[in-house]
Amino acid sequence: MTDSLPTGERRQLAPPLIERGALGWMRRNLFSSWANGIITVVLVVFVGSILSSFLEWAVFTANVTAATGSECHGQGACWALIVEKYRLIFFGTFPYEQQWRPLVASITLLAMLVMTSDRRMWNWRLLVIWSVGSFITFLMMFGQIHIPLSLFLAIALLVGGVGMSLRKAIADAGEMNAYRTLAAIGLIGLALRIAGILPAWSLDIAPLSYVETGLWGGIPVTLILASYGLVFAFPYGILLALGRRSDLPLIRALCVGFIELIRGVPLISLLIMASVMLPLFLPSGVTFDKFLRAQVAIILFAGAYIAEVIRGGLQSLPKGQYEAAEALGFNYVQKTALIILPQALRVVIPPLINTFLGFFKDTSLVLIIGIFDFLNTANQALVDPNWAGFPAEIYMFAALIYFIFCYSVSRYSKHLEVELNRGTRH
Amino acid sequence: MAAKAVRDLSNIPSVIEMRAVNKWFGQFHVLSDINLDVKEGEKIVICGPSGSGKSTLIRCINRLEEHQAGDIVVDGVTLSNDVKNIEAIRREVGMVFQSFNLFPHLTILENLTLAPIWVKKMPKKDAEEIAMGLLNRVRIPEQALKYPGQLSGGQQQRVAIARALCMQPKVMLFDEPTSSLDPEMVKEVLDVMIELAGEGMTMLVVTHEMGFARAVADRVIFMDFGEIVEQNEPEEFFANPKNERTKLFLSQILHH
Ligand SMILES: Nc1ncnc2c1ncn2[C@@H]1O[C@H](COP(=O)(O)OP(=O)(O)OP(=O)(O)O)[C@@H](O)[C@H]1O
Ligand SMILES: [Mg+2]
Repeated sequence: MTDSLPTGERRQLAPPLIERGALGWMRRNLFSSWANGIITVVLVVFVGSILSSFLEWAVFTANVTAATGSECHGQGACWALIVEKYRLIFFGTFPYEQQWRPLVASITLLAMLVMTSDRRMWNWRLLVIWSVGSFITFLMMFGQIHIPLSLFLAIALLVGGVGMSLRKAIADAGEMNAYRTLAAIGLIGLALRIAGILPAWSLDIAPLSYVETGLWGGIPVTLILASYGLVFAFPYGILLALGRRSDLPLIRALCVGFIELIRGVPLISLLIMASVMLPLFLPSGVTFDKFLRAQVAIILFAGAYIAEVIRGGLQSLPKGQYEAAEALGFNYVQKTALIILPQALRVVIPPLINTFLGFFKDTSLVLIIGIFDFLNTANQALVDPNWAGFPAEIYMFAALIYFIFCYSVSRYSKHLEVELNRGTRH
Repeated sequence: MAAKAVRDLSNIPSVIEMRAVNKWFGQFHVLSDINLDVKEGEKIVICGPSGSGKSTLIRCINRLEEHQAGDIVVDGVTLSNDVKNIEAIRREVGMVFQSFNLFPHLTILENLTLAPIWVKKMPKKDAEEIAMGLLNRVRIPEQALKYPGQLSGGQQQRVAIARALCMQPKVMLFDEPTSSLDPEMVKEVLDVMIELAGEGMTMLVVTHEMGFARAVADRVIFMDFGEIVEQNEPEEFFANPKNERTKLFLSQILHH
């Protein structure tokens, strides 16, 4: 090849054959010295033997069609158990003939998460995605939703108020008037409702039979606990982290106290407190759904950990960023939202995703207060005496599902890191 | 270099007045009895040895540092602890730092328009128009869509100047704007500052660039141990320093 080079150009010699291609790569990376070569051979033999016996068990001698557990014994993996029990594993004790509902709910939740991961959605669209998605999810899970009039009024007041303050400089007169009207309707309506002049009306959407949270289980429970836990814990953790650095000693002490308290106890004890102790403090007659209590406990717990992660990001910013923002006349909220947080959050994406994944798996601890998330419904599948004796299959299957989810999130975090840093690196 | 003209400043109103300003860092007295009047359109160069309080002095003007005694009046408003009052003053006072302090997560254009849009509530279109005009003035319009990390130090500092100008301030403070630049980039930044001076901007510049002081300054101030030791027109200041400490300082920086 080299002799076909045009004259005058520097002759580029091909590297010696031994350095090229797969052989060259192996020589350089696997057999670069005697010691390396020996380690390579030993490892290949070791991994190969484990892999082959695993495949023998999981694939070649596996039984997928057995009708009962006894047919399976003495062979390889009894995947027939999964085939038999997958509805229980995925959806728990949700009424059997209604299980298309948790399926729709789970798909909706996953779709919400996937859409949320797209950076182009990180604006008002997120609010739409999560409102519509949550509505579908909970309509499917509960079967019926009752929205009281006061909630509508509160939303009107909130939207109007937030719009008025955030869009003050940007919106035109018509838009501002719309916000004012909304806020006024909300405020007056709420006042009338509290005074008892407006009746206790509620919008009832009840196309399906009601299923209480006690019957929920499996994948949708894990997804709901983890995603709503993080959706609420995230802003709350940000506030805690900012509060911890506040100039006001009282706020600082409160945030530090809360964070240290939560970080000092295991999640299990917090869950037990939420389920056993909280009712003791509430006035009699007032009850909180067990599921909601678990959700709140998870939010409180995750918030404290997220706060600490974010604090690391805040501390990594040079003082000059604060000074430049202040010198330009930004107030505290603008400085924090426009300059400090976007940079701080970027820095902490890897540890943040790490925390997220930890909590996704930790939701299984809700078993302690009698809620069956995915790992726990999988465990339930072992209880059937007809199918006794196959824990490996069940846990392998559960692990696979967890792994698919966690690995996707982990890949996503890598991708996000690269995307956010594009252009901003030197 | 024609930026400077000898003018009678006595009838011109003051933009900044500092009256008996004192500041301590703990027990350490960084600023003692600073009295300083800055007239509209005046250009002042502040020099002095490291640790003499130059940065602290100009950072007190926009309340990046808080002084403990005396009054600072900016554009008729007396600095107080009132947040509204501080924000009002900061809108009138632009600042350029030694380390640029651009926002690395925003493009150059966004760096320039962020404050006008959010602080001055300017429509985005107008802000971008002003920003592009300023980028033209500092001669880097083609960098508008890049990120700060992709620019050279000199370019970043010119962006920082444009960012401060975007708020259309009455006064510009510069804290050693060329000290962290490679020598070949110092000139491009100084040229922009000289041009700005020629347009009549009121400027307070902490710098050791004595060529710049000669070309632009109406007054050169020498600080040492937190005091204003000597101040004069540049010709006099460099030719006939009165104070021994000034002489020593000048001999050190002019001969190195
Ligand atoms: N936040 C602070 N806390 C305590 N001491 C400080 C602080 N900032 C500055 N100082 C001290 O105050 C003195 C004056 O600092 P200043 O930065 O104003 O000096 P400078 O004249 O700008 O010096 P340089 O030329 O090195 O920038 C220095 O001795 C410095 O160590
Ligand atoms: Mg300094």
